[in-house]
Amino acid sequence: MSTQTTPTPTAVPSASRAPVPGPTLLRLTQVELRKSADTRAGFWLLLVVALTSPAVAVLQMLFAEEEDKTFSMFLANTQLPVALLLPVLGILLVTSEWSQRTAITTFALVPDRSRVLGAKVLAATVLGVLGVLATVLAAALGSLLTPVLTSDGTDWTVSGAQVGQVVVVQVLGILIGVAFGMLLLSSPLAIVLYFVAPTVVTIVSNLVEALTWMRDWLDLTTTTAPMYLGELDGQGWLQVATSVGLWGVLPMVAGWLRIERSEIA
Amino acid sequence: MIAVEHLTKRYGTQVAVSDVSFRCPPGTVTGFLGPNGAGKSTTLRALCGLARPTSGTATVGGRPYRDLPNAGRHVGVLLDAGAQHAGRTGRETLALSAMVLGVTSSRVDEVLHQVGLAGKPAGKWVGKYSLGMRQRLGLATALLGDPEVLVLDEPANGLDPEGIFWMRGLLREFADRGGTVLLSSHLLREVEAVADQLVVIAGGRVVAQGSTEELLAGTGVLVRARDTAALAAALAAAGIGVTGAPAGALVADASAEAVGIAAAAAGVALLELRPAGGDRLEELFRSLTSTSDSGPAAPQIQETRV
Repeated sequence: MSTQTTPTPTAVPSASRAPVPGPTLLRLTQVELRKSADTRAGFWLLLVVALTSPAVAVLQMLFAEEEDKTFSMFLANTQLPVALLLPVLGILLVTSEWSQRTAITTFALVPDRSRVLGAKVLAATVLGVLGVLATVLAAALGSLLTPVLTSDGTDWTVSGAQVGQVVVVQVLGILIGVAFGMLLLSSPLAIVLYFVAPTVVTIVSNLVEALTWMRDWLDLTTTTAPMYLGELDGQGWLQVATSVGLWGVLPMVAGWLRIERSEIA
Repeated sequence: MIAVEHLTKRYGTQVAVSDVSFRCPPGTVTGFLGPNGAGKSTTLRALCGLARPTSGTATVGGRPYRDLPNAGRHVGVLLDAGAQHAGRTGRETLALSAMVLGVTSSRVDEVLHQVGLAGKPAGKWVGKYSLGMRQRLGLATALLGDPEVLVLDEPANGLDPEGIFWMRGLLREFADRGGTVLLSSHLLREVEAVADQLVVIAGGRVVAQGSTEELLAGTGVLVRARDTAALAAALAAAGIGVTGAPAGALVADASAEAVGIAAAAAGVALLELRPAGGDRLEELFRSLTSTSDSGPAAPQIQETRV
C-alpha cells in the first residue's frame, strides 16, 4: 500500500484534562446491537431471520386449511424459524469476540467485563423482541393477503397471552444462545451443542419410560411448546422455569464467572 | 505514568513473569525488550487489566487499569493487530470504538488520516488488510481516545521500512508532547532508535533497565588494526579487556580514547576505531539473555532479525 504519512500533529496528550465518564449501559447495548449487524455474517443472519417469517406466512397462506389461516396461527407458525435462528444470533453475539479475538479491544476499552456481558444480554433481549416484531408483521401480511389472494377468509383475533408468551419464549431462546456462547466461547462448539444436547435429552427421555419427567421438566421443546399459542398455564410456567434454569441460567452463570476470571489473550 | 511493581504471574506451577518492576515517566518512550516467551505480552496484558497478576501491581497514573473510568481515554492499547474482526471494515471497527469512547465520527476520520488509512482502505474489510495495514488500524484504535499513555505490543511487526520510520516519528512526537509510550519489540534496531529508556526481560525477569544511552555505553568500541596480534598485546598491556573479536577486529571494553592511547603507545597503526556499531543493542541483548536460564532465547532473537 502507498503510505501517505504526513506527520499529522497528535492532539496534545495531557494528564490534566477533565475525566471523561465511562460509557453508559445503554451506550454499550447500542454498541452490541451494532456489532450484531455490522459484520458480513451478522448482516446475512439478521436478513435471513427477517425474511423467513414472511416466507413461512406465505406458504401457510397458500397451502394451509382455512381454519389455520388466522392471525393467531400465522403468528404461531412464523415463530418457528425465528426460534431456530435467534439463539444462533445470541451465540455469535458472544463467541465472535473470541473467534475473531476482538475481546482484547472490547475489554481493553471497558475493563469491567460484567458491564459488557450485561450489555450483551440487553442487546439479545432487544433482538428477541425485534424478532417477534418481524413475525407480527409477517403474520399480519399473511392475514391481510389471505382474503385477497385466496378464496378463504381470515380471522384477526389474537390473545394478549399469546403475544406475551411468544415474546417471552423468543427472548428466552436468544438468551439461552447467549448463555451457551458464554459457557463455551467457541462458535462451532456452542452452535453444535446448542442443537445436539437438548435433542439428546429429548430422545433419552422419550426412550426410557422412567425418565418422562425429564421430558416434562427439562426438555425445552416440550416445556415451551404451549407458549406459541399462548396456552401456558400454572404448572407449565414451573416446567419452563426448570428447563430454562438448566439450559439458560446454569450455563450463563458458569460462563459469566469464567469470563470474569479468565485471561483475555 | 506507568508503574509496574513486583509483578508476578504464574500459570499453575509455571512462572511467566517474576517480580518485574519498572516505571515509564511522561514524556518518554520505553522499549520493552525480550525474546519470545520472556513474559513481555503477559506483563502488558496484566498492565491493561486483561490478566490478573498473581501478585504485585500495575498502575497507570496511580490507578489500576480496571479502575480507570473510561480506560480508552487514558490509555491507548494495541496488543495484537490480528485481533480485529475480519468481516468489518476498517472505518466500522473504529466507529464502534468511538461509540464506546464517546468521541465523534470526525475523530475517526482524523485518526484514519493520521495512520494513512483514509479513503479507500477505510472501506475495505479488515480481512483483506495486510499485516501492516492492520497494525495501522490497531494504532488508530489506540490513538482514537486521545490518550496520554500508549501501550503497544510489537507495533512495528509487518510494517515496511517507511512505515517503521513513520511510526518512530509518531511515537517520538507523542512522547515529546508529554505522552508516555511503552512498546515491546523484537526489532531491536527500531527500539534503539526511538526509546529513551529500555527494560530488558528474559525468562520472566528484568535483566537490565536504564536509559538507552546508559545501557549502550558499556558495550565497548570496535577497533581494527593492520596487526591484530600486536593490537591485542597492546590492549592487554594497558589492562583493557577484549569482549569479542569479530572477523579481523576486536571489541574492547573501554572508551575509544583509552584504546587509541594504548594503541599509540605501542606503536600500533589503527584502521578503524568506533563504537561497537549498529548491533550494540543486539550485543547487549544477547549477552544478557544468554546468561539467563531461558534456554533457546538467543537463537530466537536471531530469527527475528532475518
